[in-house]
Amino acid sequence: MAAGKELTPTEYIGHHLTHGAKQLGDGGFWTLHYDSLAVAMLLGMVGIGFLWWVVRGATSGVPNKRQAFVELLVGFVDNQAKGIFRHGDRNRFIAPAALTVFVWVLLMNAMDFLPVDIVALGTHGISEHGFRIVPTADVNTTFALALSVWLLMIYYSIAAKGLGGWVHELFCTPFGSNLLLWPFNFLFNCIEYLSKPLSHSLRLYGNMYAGELIFLLLWMWAATGLVGTVFGSVLALGWAIFHILIVVLQAYIFMMLTIVYLSMAHEHH
Amino acid sequence: MNINFTLFAQAIVFAAFILFTVKFVWPPLLRAIEQRQKTIADGLAAGEQGRRDLEASAERADQEIAGARSRASEIVSQAEKRAVQMIEEAKTSAKAEGEREKTAAKAEIEQEVSRAREALREQVAALAVAGAEKILRREVDAAAHAELLNGVKQQL
Repeated sequence: MAAGKELTPTEYIGHHLTHGAKQLGDGGFWTLHYDSLAVAMLLGMVGIGFLWWVVRGATSGVPNKRQAFVELLVGFVDNQAKGIFRHGDRNRFIAPAALTVFVWVLLMNAMDFLPVDIVALGTHGISEHGFRIVPTADVNTTFALALSVWLLMIYYSIAAKGLGGWVHELFCTPFGSNLLLWPFNFLFNCIEYLSKPLSHSLRLYGNMYAGELIFLLLWMWAATGLVGTVFGSVLALGWAIFHILIVVLQAYIFMMLTIVYLSMAHEHH
Repeated sequence: MNINFTLFAQAIVFAAFILFTVKFVWPPLLRAIEQRQKTIADGLAAGEQGRRDLEASAERADQEIAGARSRASEIVSQAEKRAVQMIEEAKTSAKAEGEREKTAAKAEIEQEVSRAREALREQVAALAVAGAEKILRREVDAAAHAELLNGVKQQL
């Protein structure tokens, strides 16, 4: 236990699930989780910066291994975008946006692998009371991404169909353009527009938060004695290996949903 | 799970990262990849062209070889014909030469025969004269009897 003093299990978990927060103004809303923000920015700079660094030296000739790796990654994302998005030039926005989402979310999810108590030794220097290093286990981060995608979705809906077309679609699909059906259509579309960002963000948040929590529970067990340490470590190893799958899978799902939602926005009904 | 200002901060960061990727990461790499694809495609096309050229030239070479072969066999057959002809000619001329030699030899033989006959006649005449001399046991005037002798000689 990093704090070096006796904590009850509730206190231990609560300690690790407390954000480094800074009050910017009055009211609960004007709080900034600077831990999520700082780690997210750092990881984005590392990930996207790495891509940029490789791309800047990219050659159209024989690529070195570094470039080949980035090209594999880009080719993987591009293939997904190519398979789903058929409404224009995917290279203008959708594919690079999907790449950003995948790299960034993957890196943020991967922070779950770092052992919380060891990292806490360092982060206690920044904030004695809580510094969470998994930005995607912060609902603000996943909502920020999902709502950005949601806004893009509405923007592309209007851009592809015109404002009139979009409003028409709100009221006349999916049941039909009969005047009596308008309320039902509108309700249906509202639910859809509401559920998309919610499911998009909460799926990622829930997975990462649960992963973090299970690690915390296992470490708590590990602190109970020798037997607990052995079993806790073995189980934590198993969970970490399983979590590798979850981390990549959730990043992949988040990217795919981004592409799917933005493609759907381009579709005429 | 409290929504707060972090959401907006993260959204702004997200937008910045997306814009950065859209502007500075994706296009150059895509350009490099597409250029390489074009280079590879060109290379493959060039290889295909080279293969086709090779096939064409191999075909041309085959044709040339076939032409040369037929010309060669033509020349050989002409030569053979010529050889046969020459042998024929040689045979004919040899035969003619042989004929000529044979006739010459025959003529010579006849000459020899007649000469030998002449000589024989002379000797027989002389023998006959000598015999007659012996028979007559006297000198025969050769000169006086020459006419007679000549007549005998002629009869022989």
